[in-house]
Amino acid sequence: MSNTSVSQSKPGNAPTHKVNWGRLEEAERFSELVKQYRQGKISRDDFRRFRLQHGAYGSRMTDDYSMIRLKLPAGEVYAEQLEKVADLSEQFSIGSAHVSTRQNFQLHWVALEDVSEVLRGLAEAGMTTREACGNSVRSIMCSPLAGVCPDEIFDPTPYAVAATKFLLRNPMCQSLPRKFKINFTCCEKHGMARMVDIGLIPQIVEINGKPQRGFKVFLGGGLGAQSFVGHQLEQFTSEDELLHTIVSVIRIFDRLGNRDNMARARMRYLVNEMGWEKFQNLVLKERAMLKMLLSILIKLEVDKTPDVLRKISISSEVPSVPQGFARWKKSNTFKQKQPGFSSVFLTLESGDVTATQLRAIAEMAREFTADGQIRNGFTQDMVFRWVRDEDLPRIYSKLLEVGLANPGALTMASVVGCSGTTSCNLALTNSHRLAKEVQRKFIELKIDEDDDLRNSTIKISGCPNSCGQHEIATIGFYGGGGRLGKDMYPLYTMSLGGRSDEDTTLGHSCTKVPAKRVIPTILKIVEIFKSEKKSGETLDLWIRRVIEGNGGPNIKSLETIKDLLKSVVSAPTKDQDEDFYADYGSDGSYHTKTGRGECAA
Amino acid sequence: MCSLSKEKTTQVTVDADKLRSEIRDKSVKVLDIRKEDDYKQGHIPGAINLPLASLLADDSPEKVLQYAQSFGIGDETSVVVYDDTFGALASRVAWTLEYIGHKDVSLLDITYGTWKKLGLETSSETPSAVKTSHSLKLQPQILATSDYLVPAKEKGAILVDNRERLNFLEQHIPGAINIPYRMLASGQNILRPKDDLKRLMQNRNINADSEIITYCGSVGTLSGLGYYALKSLGMNNVKLYVRSFKEWKSLEKPIEKQNDANYWDLSAE
Ligand code: SF4
Repeated sequence: MSNTSVSQSKPGNAPTHKVNWGRLEEAERFSELVKQYRQGKISRDDFRRFRLQHGAYGSRMTDDYSMIRLKLPAGEVYAEQLEKVADLSEQFSIGSAHVSTRQNFQLHWVALEDVSEVLRGLAEAGMTTREACGNSVRSIMCSPLAGVCPDEIFDPTPYAVAATKFLLRNPMCQSLPRKFKINFTCCEKHGMARMVDIGLIPQIVEINGKPQRGFKVFLGGGLGAQSFVGHQLEQFTSEDELLHTIVSVIRIFDRLGNRDNMARARMRYLVNEMGWEKFQNLVLKERAMLKMLLSILIKLEVDKTPDVLRKISISSEVPSVPQGFARWKKSNTFKQKQPGFSSVFLTLESGDVTATQLRAIAEMAREFTADGQIRNGFTQDMVFRWVRDEDLPRIYSKLLEVGLANPGALTMASVVGCSGTTSCNLALTNSHRLAKEVQRKFIELKIDEDDDLRNSTIKISGCPNSCGQHEIATIGFYGGGGRLGKDMYPLYTMSLGGRSDEDTTLGHSCTKVPAKRVIPTILKIVEIFKSEKKSGETLDLWIRRVIEGNGGPNIKSLETIKDLLKSVVSAPTKDQDEDFYADYGSDGSYHTKTGRGECAA
Repeated sequence: MCSLSKEKTTQVTVDADKLRSEIRDKSVKVLDIRKEDDYKQGHIPGAINLPLASLLADDSPEKVLQYAQSFGIGDETSVVVYDDTFGALASRVAWTLEYIGHKDVSLLDITYGTWKKLGLETSSETPSAVKTSHSLKLQPQILATSDYLVPAKEKGAILVDNRERLNFLEQHIPGAINIPYRMLASGQNILRPKDDLKRLMQNRNINADSEIITYCGSVGTLSGLGYYALKSLGMNNVKLYVRSFKEWKSLEKPIEKQNDANYWDLSAE
């Protein structure tokens, strides 16, 4: 059967992916192993390990469907790759893709039998899912502003890519005690260097009169049932020592990490139990040894050739400025260090984006960005970089057409929500939908226009695990169940005052808030803040003051806030308010139900 | 290409070039399944309009036979069907013709939208047809009824639901497997190349000799496409449950669902 062939015309000069991360044979092997598993030739546990190693999680209450997580080093995606993700989500998933908090796309509810087809499609476009889950080095993150941030010392992106090249499929990383996360950031503000196993911030120091590139390296941080802030290894780690340092840390973790107790297997527990100084010494010793033994064998291949930026044509017609443009520009664009260029952030809802929208985004990347790509961000968002300032009204109009022009991206109105009961086995509440509800309400209330609230954040997890990163939010929530008499209702624990910049702190637990009272609770907090704040003070700074016991004349501490919220969070009886007892997205009454955890943001 | 059998083999799909030469030779009847208004604005030259709604208003074999005869379709006439809806509406009509015993019917492998995008010729003239006669030889082996489903399943038939994933998760006929219609197409073609489709079926452990029944939401369109996807692989034991899930539900038969998960909230629609 010969098919009518259709050649698609695409602008010729759009850049395409530089590194091919995919391997077709892995797709074939996956298909083979699914068959063997279905025939009972390999055990469930062996298959599960294999499946996770290749980026496929089980879904809520069933292993017959997978959540497929892509591994997108540094969050980079090119236009043609976006189109591939769009096609695959339509063909094998639910017609939408999801942007995670670690810069990856996730495709939900893919039949196990089709996972190999998705892997095949991804490999065709240079993408992979390999080591996106499981006990491996997860996708190496890099700030979406790397290369364009005015505060950065140099662009860390090539280092993130080079480290991935070295670690991906490396035998050393195939069976770690637990997952392992590495983040590069551009500067202290953007990114999460202190909340991961290894966090890296670019730095230049002068050595013998010559400027030398290197990093500040933070070890042993992380969010979770127990969270820790990372420790800085040394004043300065030169770029020549970068790979030795990373490899040393991974080797120590591999040798000494807790393999008996999965709940305490992450490296931060090892650091905590051993004590920082001892761990630090171990790393420095290991590195010295590695350098002696392996100096010729390992070298990071950093591609420092600068990206060729295309000339993008600016239309000569002066665009009429669409309605809502000024508000959107204020909250969704970021002035790059390169004069005349901006980065544009897209406000998604809990990271969800339709196939049609992905195709439109690909088109816009081709038309408006000098680098022809997008980067996924840290907050379930997507970012165009290298857009000419003059083009902003045009890109806004295009975004309006496809329902992607919501304001609020870089403000408190943009809310993070993990997948919760939409697909995760461990979820107790529908955090995913709640985040969408809060965001819709806050955009409606124009919260994004309030400068006092701009740099605060709201993040929601569906259980005490931290995929929604609630602990580093100004206002964070994690899900659980509450009960009045015999009736259960969805209930969140709220924490206040978390942050992830150079003053990284974890939020302080404040009070419990029923799901259906989350919105009024946040509004009440804003109201108290407004009456207590000093002039010019922002919400996050005021909350810090409250935690320090100095929140204003009427607010002594978090306890006072808790008291003031009592009337908002009290539970009515089921007769008084039946809706209170149902979680978002369900009409039936609420009950908690969980399966075996594979944890998925 | 040489064929061992002397019989004329009918292709499931026909590509644009072949159709154009057949139109030039006047050796084909082309059916356009879109709405009348769309048809009037332009269609493939020589195509006759049969809006799906007209067919569904009465799809009894007698009525379908009448249509065929009035369009000048005789027993031996080659028929090619197209639409602008993934090929699903065209599939439903093609299947109906097959059901009354018309053998030589194929689907155009692209939609009308793609035909236009390729810059191929269109016309807004309505052709006149000369009535002809056609025999009626019902083909019950390609039709599944609600009563047939359960016993067939017990004997090993595979029930395929061609609706989208979220609809399937929410409710489906017990034991059905889901092959969303979107999976069947590739790029601009309404069906993937054979090798691709074959791999998809092998991944699901569906073999050439399996008995398969396809169904979808209401009238057998998406599942019609599913039916032809399987036929394109040379599978001969394929049936369409043409009254589909709509009838199944109205008969209050058992329904299965993926419980305890709020998957709808993942959709960005
Ligand atoms: S395990 Fe992670 S993704 Fe699942 S509900 Fe808990 S925090 Fe959310």
